[in-house]
Amino acid sequence: MKRRDFFLKSAGVGLGLGAAMSLGSFKTLTAGPSAFALPDMAAVRGGEPDVMFDRAIAAMGGMGHFVKKGQKVVVKPNIGWDVPPERAANTNPLLIKRIVQHCYQAGAKEVLAFDNTCDAWTKCYKDSGIEKYVKSAGGKMVPGNTEGFYQEIELTQGKRLKKVKVHELVLDADVFIDVPVLKSHDAAKLTISMKNLMGVIWDRRYWHRNDLNQCIADYATYSRKPDLVVVDAYNVMMKNGPRGVSKSDVVKMKAQIVTTDMVAADAAAAKMFGVDPASVRYIRLAHEMHAGNMDLSKLNISRIKI
Amino acid sequence: MNVHWLKKLRVAVSLLFLILTSLLFLDYRKMIPESWFSTVLSLQFVPSFLKFFTVLKISVFGFIVVIVMTLLFGRIYCSTICPLGILQDVTAYISRKFRSKRKGRYYYRKAKNILRYTILGITAVALVFGSTYLLLLLDPYSNFGRIMTYFVKPLLVWVNNLLSPLLARINVYYLYPVDLKPIKAAVYIVPVIILGLVLWLSVTRGRLYCNTVCPVGAFLGLLSKFSLFKFRFNTQACTGCHLCEFSCKSSCIDVVNRTVDETRCVTCFDCLTSCKLGAMNYTTRKALKTDPVIQPVQIRKSNRKTFNGDHDPGKRVFILGSLAFLAGIAGISKAKEYPKNAKPTTIPEKKNFPVTPPGSLSIRHFTDQCTACSLCIDACPTDVLQPAFLQYGLAGIMQPTMDYHSGYCNYDCVRCTEVCPTGAILPLKKEAKQTVQMGLAHFVKENCVVYTDETNCGACAEHCPTKAVHMIPYKEDLVIPETTDDICIGCGACEHACPTTPFKAIYVDGNEIHKLAKKPKEEKLENPLEKTEDFPF
Repeated sequence: MKRRDFFLKSAGVGLGLGAAMSLGSFKTLTAGPSAFALPDMAAVRGGEPDVMFDRAIAAMGGMGHFVKKGQKVVVKPNIGWDVPPERAANTNPLLIKRIVQHCYQAGAKEVLAFDNTCDAWTKCYKDSGIEKYVKSAGGKMVPGNTEGFYQEIELTQGKRLKKVKVHELVLDADVFIDVPVLKSHDAAKLTISMKNLMGVIWDRRYWHRNDLNQCIADYATYSRKPDLVVVDAYNVMMKNGPRGVSKSDVVKMKAQIVTTDMVAADAAAAKMFGVDPASVRYIRLAHEMHAGNMDLSKLNISRIKI
Repeated sequence: MNVHWLKKLRVAVSLLFLILTSLLFLDYRKMIPESWFSTVLSLQFVPSFLKFFTVLKISVFGFIVVIVMTLLFGRIYCSTICPLGILQDVTAYISRKFRSKRKGRYYYRKAKNILRYTILGITAVALVFGSTYLLLLLDPYSNFGRIMTYFVKPLLVWVNNLLSPLLARINVYYLYPVDLKPIKAAVYIVPVIILGLVLWLSVTRGRLYCNTVCPVGAFLGLLSKFSLFKFRFNTQACTGCHLCEFSCKSSCIDVVNRTVDETRCVTCFDCLTSCKLGAMNYTTRKALKTDPVIQPVQIRKSNRKTFNGDHDPGKRVFILGSLAFLAGIAGISKAKEYPKNAKPTTIPEKKNFPVTPPGSLSIRHFTDQCTACSLCIDACPTDVLQPAFLQYGLAGIMQPTMDYHSGYCNYDCVRCTEVCPTGAILPLKKEAKQTVQMGLAHFVKENCVVYTDETNCGACAEHCPTKAVHMIPYKEDLVIPETTDDICIGCGACEHACPTTPFKAIYVDGNEIHKLAKKPKEEKLENPLEKTEDFPF
């Protein structure tokens, strides 16, 4: 779907709703929680990244359900590596752009994106395509390259990670959206939404030195959880992750998961990858620490095929 | 002939060169495209000379242009192209704004021939025997580069870092903080001495540095003896008023004998502008062999003594100022504290050779060819290039080396190979660079977190661009690093990422001569969702 089409169609839906409202009761027409329960998760297959997000977020009740007028939204893609989009080491830029557009349509005052990258950050922002796409949608890229941006918080439930420095943007945000890309990972097996949050903290070396899996789970218990999690599984790096060596590491999975629970998101994405979620230690730990739910059978999932 | 526009032209061209050259070194945000570097620096004498004899290509002919220019017009190189020369003109000009006209006068002095030709001679002989050490210390372009890199850039970044948080508060992120890696204080010795000498001499004695210390100045001075255009007195018109002498920063105009020492003249045209009578000419014609009409007034010796170094309070201020500045720099770049690991590592990294940048062929080629201008250090986007202290021995002080504690070499980046003006780092295409093996990764199991703490880490393999460092099964759920030598390029990503302290569990030992690495193997992978259209949950 082109951007123009999207706007036209949205306008059409709006007009239709307006016309219908003049005829009858307002409440029965819009999908409020009272009408029927919203799903816990929307899983989509077979579309382009932006189209899949349109469908998924609509199933989750629309972006207006998460972003209110005048709010400050912070989007956290994975921009860890200085590689082009087709290598799938970073989140798909088209998806990020569409999320930023949805936020503005829902009335966001400003939409900001950042990552504490592994490779040189200016190169990552540029070569991932994310900087360009975020800016084209009216969003702003924020640096995460110096310690001055990070403020220390305490993790009351943390086992190995008791204190950690978090980017002030996450602490200031009204709405925080975690947009990881699903990838293989040398040490953690997979990197998805919980592992992606290693890019909002300052000292990653500390995590690596002090039981990486436990630290990832510890941080997932932090009270400032993402308000929305969007897992990009359009291009998926099956091997040599998280950086990847060449394009041959990547397969076109054309899938996406939208939910509010990081543990559930990671469990569903792991299954798509062909890995048992319980075999990924930080998913299991996070579930045991009640950071979220990895038992997908307990969830109301909207499954969408395009 | 009295052509005032010549001075204006000289000033305009020199400022253009000074600004462009400075920008290359001060571009801490790496915004200048690589292609600009060779264009702007093509006329720098020493780099062009060194590169010409390395690549043996006529395309690197900048120094020949300078020689021809000198044979035609005299040492205009020193006044318009040499950044260190122009920098001295600027400091001399500014310092004279704070002095009375009389105090700011230059006076004719005898040439310090023994000193300047000895320095030139030793530099040339050393060069013939293959040592560029003296060029490294004395090349004016490289010294200018170091002044920019060691003093001006840190200052600029410091200002940037003061302003950027203020702007961030109002959500303006155009200026972002820059994490400048500190340069070891010991490496500052040479730049501090040269900067001090250049400032002091330019303020007190004009271009004395260029006419005593600088080997390029001495060499071009010798050529200037044969130059077509020269400054010559019109003895009939000259009244011996000394105004040209007072304006001559090279102290090379002898009004008493009506001669100009062309070996020291930097062709700045100031004397042309100063003479109101048209008695000073810049011309191809030989001077008329006539006796002067008017004998000049002899200037009293007391007037000549404008500056007495021994009792100058400015000297003390200068030294104190330099110390304060150094302390300031040390303060700006204070070392970061890392939290310690649970169990400190015990086995030191054993590095036999320092790592030289990609395209530098070998430690030998690199150290022979590099004049330590520091341009690659400024151009490097990851700060992996840092000035060496003793890694290359005492003679290699300030030459850049790959410092993997400071950063690691970006897999797709070839910026240093494109900006190096001397041929110490030769141009490489991206694909070629990705198979240049600068060094080899060595894994020290006993230092590794997986071994000592029995928890997963994998930071090294995570960062490895070729998977020369990869994880293999260890115990139960644990995986431990393993290295494959033939696809390792020695980029240092593993060493940089390794979290253990004080010693790393994986480090890169340099290759004395760069080798060729194999390309990583590729294999076709299956999409796990391909077989079904449903969801696996």
